[in-house]
Amino acid sequence: MIPLWMYLVVAAAMFCIGVYGVLARRNAVAILMSVELMLSAVNINLIAFWRYVTPQNMSGQAFTAFVFVVAAAEAAVGLAIVISIYRSRRSVIVNDVNVLRG
Amino acid sequence: MLELNAQTIVFFIFSLLTLGGALGVVTNRNLIHGAIYLIISLFGGAGLFVLLSAPFFAAVQVLVYIGAIAILIIFAVMLTRSMTQLREVFNRQWWASALVGLLLFGLMLVGVILPVWGTGGSNADSPVSELTATTQDLGVALVDGNQYVLPFEVASLLLTAAMIGAIVIAREDD
Repeated sequence: MIPLWMYLVVAAAMFCIGVYGVLARRNAVAILMSVELMLSAVNINLIAFWRYVTPQNMSGQAFTAFVFVVAAAEAAVGLAIVISIYRSRRSVIVNDVNVLRG
Repeated sequence: MLELNAQTIVFFIFSLLTLGGALGVVTNRNLIHGAIYLIISLFGGAGLFVLLSAPFFAAVQVLVYIGAIAILIIFAVMLTRSMTQLREVFNRQWWASALVGLLLFGLMLVGVILPVWGTGGSNADSPVSELTATTQDLGVALVDGNQYVLPFEVASLLLTAAMIGAIVIAREDD
């Protein structure tokens, strides 16, 4: 069987790619896509730990289910905000959205 | 060390899909292509779930992530069409972001994954048990009064609140 650390390396790499996307992209939709990548990496980690450490306990899978729920809610609300901002400011570049700047 | 059997090959194929898709998402200039790379990446994640004997989550990944979230993202890309092909993809601190990402990955690799879970670590390379809980166990656990019924109900409330919130936020003002 494949050792656990290989799954962890894949998930860590995916998470860090997501971090890079969140920090470096200018388009808000691309930032949301990168956040989805990070959440998906967390799911891989949770399932891998569940399989290798506590395969007969349900907590790992239950956590994964709740991460799915949160990811769906985050995507729906985030994209609604992006569309609302685009409607009022004609832009989804995060640098242009600075109404709250002091 | 790792022997080259069917499982290992499948693992490397799905890992390659996952990471290649992820790189495509963060680097691609065209957001529609980025969304398709996101679908590829999530599909690789579903394959990894199958390898980890969690077939229910593989199905959920395809249905919820690819079927709902990725399609939602594609809709958002189409609704903000004038922003799809920007000349500048990255902001000014992209090199610092790359540095942060690489440092974080190195830190996790050297600090946590290899010492604690690596070949020399305390935990074995194989699972503690070949017996795993099944999808039926998950279903029971989610509605069992002693386990996860309260978080389950809170999650459904969260989804309802998010749905109503999304409708209210995205609605045109009149």
